[in-house]
Amino acid sequence: MTVYAKGVVFEGVDFDNPNHWRLEEYVKRGGYAALKKILNEKITQDEVIAEMKTSSLRGRGGAGFPTGLKWSFMPRNFPGQKYLVCNTDEGEPGTFKDLDIIVSNPHALIEGMIIGGYAMGITVGYNYIHGEVFEAYQRFEEALEEARAAGFLGDNILGTDFCFQLHAHHGYGAYICGEETALLESLEGKKGQPRFKPPFPASYGLYGKPTTINNTETFASVPYIIREGGQKFLELGKPNNGGTKLFSVSGHVNRPGNYEIPLGTPFADLLEMCGGMRGGKKLKAVIPGGSSAPVLPADIMMQCTMDYDSIAKAGSMLGSGAVIVMDETVCMVSALERLSYFYHEESCGQCTPCREGTGWLYRIVHRIAHGEGRPEDLDLLASIGDNIAGRTICALGDAAVFPVRGMLKHFRSEFEYMIEHGQSQFAALS
Amino acid sequence: MLEIEIDGKKLTVPSGSTVMDAANSIGVHIPHFCYHKKLSIAANCRMCLVQVEKAPKPLPACATPVTDGMKVFTHSDQAVTAQKGVMEFLLINHPLDCPICDQGGECQLQDLAVGYGQSGSRYQEEKRVVANKDLGPLISTDMTRCIHCSRCVRFTEEIAGYQELGMANRGEFTEVLPFIGKTVNSEISGNVIDLCPVGALTSKPFRYSARTWELSRRKSVSPHDGLGANLVVQVKNHKVMRVLPLENEAINECWLADRDRFSYEALNSEERITKPMIKQGGVWQEADWQTALEFVANGLKGVIAEHGRDAVAAVATPHSTVEELFLLRKLMSGLGVDAVETRLRAADFSLKTAGATWLGQSIADLAASDAVLVIGSTLRKEQPLLAQRLRQSVKKGMQLAVINPHGDDLLTAKAAELVVRPDQLVEGVVQVLRALAEVKGIALQPNIENGSGDIPAEARAVAAVLAGKEKAAVLLGNIAQQHPRYAEIYAAAAAIAEATGAKLGVMSEAANSVGAQLVGAETGGDVFAKPRQAYFMLNAEAEFDVQNGAQALAAVQKAKLVVALSSFSSCALEHADVILPVSPFSETSGTFVNMEGRAQSFNGVVRPLGETRPAWKVLRVLGNVLGFAGFDYTTSEEIRDEALAGEIGPRLSNALAAPVAVKAQAASGLVRLGEVSIYQADMLSRRAPSLQKTADAAVAAQLRANAATLAKLGLAAGDRARAEQAGGVAELAVAVDAGLADDVIRVSANHPLTRALAGHVAAITVAKA
Ligand SMILES: Cc1cc2nc3c(=O)[nH]c(=O)nc-3n(C[C@H](O)[C@H](O)[C@H](O)COP(=O)(O)O)c2cc1C
Ligand code: SF4
Ligand code: SF4
Ligand code: FES
Repeated sequence: MTVYAKGVVFEGVDFDNPNHWRLEEYVKRGGYAALKKILNEKITQDEVIAEMKTSSLRGRGGAGFPTGLKWSFMPRNFPGQKYLVCNTDEGEPGTFKDLDIIVSNPHALIEGMIIGGYAMGITVGYNYIHGEVFEAYQRFEEALEEARAAGFLGDNILGTDFCFQLHAHHGYGAYICGEETALLESLEGKKGQPRFKPPFPASYGLYGKPTTINNTETFASVPYIIREGGQKFLELGKPNNGGTKLFSVSGHVNRPGNYEIPLGTPFADLLEMCGGMRGGKKLKAVIPGGSSAPVLPADIMMQCTMDYDSIAKAGSMLGSGAVIVMDETVCMVSALERLSYFYHEESCGQCTPCREGTGWLYRIVHRIAHGEGRPEDLDLLASIGDNIAGRTICALGDAAVFPVRGMLKHFRSEFEYMIEHGQSQFAALS
Repeated sequence: MLEIEIDGKKLTVPSGSTVMDAANSIGVHIPHFCYHKKLSIAANCRMCLVQVEKAPKPLPACATPVTDGMKVFTHSDQAVTAQKGVMEFLLINHPLDCPICDQGGECQLQDLAVGYGQSGSRYQEEKRVVANKDLGPLISTDMTRCIHCSRCVRFTEEIAGYQELGMANRGEFTEVLPFIGKTVNSEISGNVIDLCPVGALTSKPFRYSARTWELSRRKSVSPHDGLGANLVVQVKNHKVMRVLPLENEAINECWLADRDRFSYEALNSEERITKPMIKQGGVWQEADWQTALEFVANGLKGVIAEHGRDAVAAVATPHSTVEELFLLRKLMSGLGVDAVETRLRAADFSLKTAGATWLGQSIADLAASDAVLVIGSTLRKEQPLLAQRLRQSVKKGMQLAVINPHGDDLLTAKAAELVVRPDQLVEGVVQVLRALAEVKGIALQPNIENGSGDIPAEARAVAAVLAGKEKAAVLLGNIAQQHPRYAEIYAAAAAIAEATGAKLGVMSEAANSVGAQLVGAETGGDVFAKPRQAYFMLNAEAEFDVQNGAQALAAVQKAKLVVALSSFSSCALEHADVILPVSPFSETSGTFVNMEGRAQSFNGVVRPLGETRPAWKVLRVLGNVLGFAGFDYTTSEEIRDEALAGEIGPRLSNALAAPVAVKAQAASGLVRLGEVSIYQADMLSRRAPSLQKTADAAVAAQLRANAATLAKLGLAAGDRARAEQAGGVAELAVAVDAGLADDVIRVSANHPLTRALAGHVAAITVAKA
């Protein structure tokens, strides 16, 4: 994918230079300055965390949890090993930003993790990388080697007594392995299945030790915050929604790709950056935060700004920042069938409501999409959703229900039409 | 302590409790499937969702920690809606054909569906079908019924110690599977049948033979190992149909070993003998009881008259009850016969202790030890549930060390391990003792010879495990007890215990080994070494229950009179002169004293088969026929009260009555390690067809040695080998056992294939067959 707009993470990256991802280039554009600053100026752990809190950086993995706060949960004087884990599993349909980070600016992530390790007193980190990417994985390994050779990573970093080891780990190709506790299980060599929380990873994480997990983009934003200050980062965005954020725009736009823009940018501006709708068609709906986020119709979407609070207020989620744009030809029944199939296929199967419910949801939507819907199906879908959401071990159960709820809320009539007529009103259009 | 309110009831619970614990403590039932008090918390079924004040969503009671002031509602609208929703999900892919399911009537899903299910299903889509799995001869599968609670998976990993089942695939395609091409081989595998809340895992031997409501449930005690697991025996039409655990936290907790659970098959075996039989002129004839008893009485009197009372010996296995052994002893004294022996598997009878040897403490106390040293034991196979308990203790921090002639996996961490040749077990124990003496700066007792040479690092490591522990134990297993130098092993172990303040314990081989000592049924010694004219055998089979079975068989074959009191005809028919059919444990009342000295009495659960009679009644009437006084008991309780008069505790003691000289010996050449395999140990397990089909039974038919030894002998795995001992020959398949020392040949003892061989620990020759 291509990165069209650059913000904090891709700041200064010259994509035309084939060596843009290398350590040498990264250092030229100010890379590792934040780390040097911390070590040279002996900035304390508390100061780093305070800076993170000021920045109002919210986790870029989906839940949007404030990163500084998460870092402050780590026990400081724990006697054993603690771990730092980066989540580059990136399995949420529509999301393709983390891959670009490890390919095009891997050192930003590495530096961010080293700083995280410093701030939380952690000496070992892992980056869990999506199991179905290979060249990107190789690229990240090469970048790690560069950082080790340059003394940024390993024992006695830059001659200080701070040590941090960072390892890449190739994942196993299941969406659920992106859920943080399933990721930890998988990293331990077990089947990737979420753990029941509490205990949370900060007290019982990898190998049962205190662990902090953040998304790739979250870590890659850290060097900027330390170098330029949390306040400056915050001001890039809007209060409670600091910084710039990567949006992976896909669907019926002229120029799909990654756009790193300030949080709070109007959706209309983003759409324009993307060259507008493909073929001059009308915007019908947008899934604003990855497949798990409820769909929003065009009129609501056009009123939104791209940030956590605005999208939440509109009844959806900013999630991972995957923006799926749909034009007027899209049949919402087919779209939901595809989404429901995904969750049915990706449920880990551990807990009853999700294991059994996702298959039920999919089968009903599939029937409707194939002209075999029944009038009672829509209420049944809603009721099944109510029996799944909030009753499962991890949020995949919720994620399977949100698309259903969104579709039924905003596009119920399309489903009713299909049930009544046995075929889509968009059959001719698409 | 935390305060919590459940459905309006206030209570306090220790911190760390879950809502489920709290509810259980006041008898509030929260529906559940995946939760089990002995297993880790999985929180996957979601059946236990309850409403918690201030929580936006219902929470799983089994996994939610109690917080102070928490208010829980288990039957509020929110809770019940959630529970019903989960029940609906559980049922959509579950077959609704309970009438053809073997679990019908004892299914937790069926039970809860009555309370939480709907009458009709909203699920109109296709239902899931899951292929069945081959889990071996004991567990039958109907995997379409699985509700994925993962109890079975967690059991194998957490309790049995080795994950033999797993959950493969994702989502609704998740399936419980064994490893590819493997079955479930744990010696305590049958517990997954009890744990499975639905009919996915059921008992293979019991399958489709009865409905739970047709069965009456009767309490009993397992007649196998020295633990004395408590049983519920299920009976239909005077036939034992199935055996389940009776929960007793102090003994078997809620578990049973497969031997306890499945050996009942033998009770209904074709080999049961149901009428007295007398052999006359080489021909077996049925007889009535009066004739048979008179035949026995006259026969015994005749032998004594002709050859003297030393010409008679009585032998019984320690699987016999206190009452039986007491009367046997009394009957023999009436005849003037001294020799009554139950230590049939022993090779060294010289040990003298101040009382009956026992575990030295209660099972629960043992489990709370900081360190345990096990000497000479194939622990998992000798004492499956005790091994399980120690495994749980290791998880809580106990250190386990072993001195063994093999390296068998205990499926738990060994803190230290010393592997020796079986004929060097004494020397191994002495090495640990020397290491301890060195650390503690003490001298060895004068009767213990301070062997020479360096102390191996492994022995030092074993010593380090025990040294300085507050609560330690030294335990002797079957290999030690059956060893030709048992007294020396015992004395050296006692010295270790003394040097470390550890408790010395003997893990009783059989259900009533302690009881046998209490009634003095250990006066014969090796009664087969010098053949007698008459043998009176109670529940004992010469070639299977005596260490040197070949020698015993030869002795009984030469004897003038062999009286067999047995439930089974097969062996007795070959060499006895008269067979008196006596009841197995299920058809008689009686008492076993377990390894911790606990007397457990039980009643017969079915009436005796045919003309079979409880052995205590047979012995009593025999006393009457012989005209002896004091044989007028009307109940087994009278016998028990006389046999165990007074408290048991003071009569238990592992203290040596006299010092034993421990002499270092050198050893070389091929040596046999003979153990009685788990399903060969007693008359019942030997005849349980399903147990005989297990992996453990298959291993017992092999000759094993380490790779170097096999190479030296020109053998390879899969070959057939010919083993010879004292003229007896066994032909066996060869397998590698990397855990053995060089020159050790592991051949199980008292097995149909090996019964011609001699001592368990003795020289052996091996050649390619
Ligand atoms: C089903 C599921 C899949 C997820 N997949 C990802 C993922 O691919 N990448 C990611 O960073 N977070 C993913 N998450 C979120 C993580 O659990 C976690 O919240 C996140 O990694 C925390 O990092 P952050 O605080 O930096 O956002 C997923 C969550 C769920 C429930
Ligand atoms: S909600 Fe779904 S994915 Fe998450 S733990 Fe339960 S079954 Fe697995
Ligand atoms: S087989 Fe039985 S115990 Fe095992 S997961 Fe399925 S329902 Fe649970
Ligand atoms: S019993 Fe609590 S989730 Fe299964």
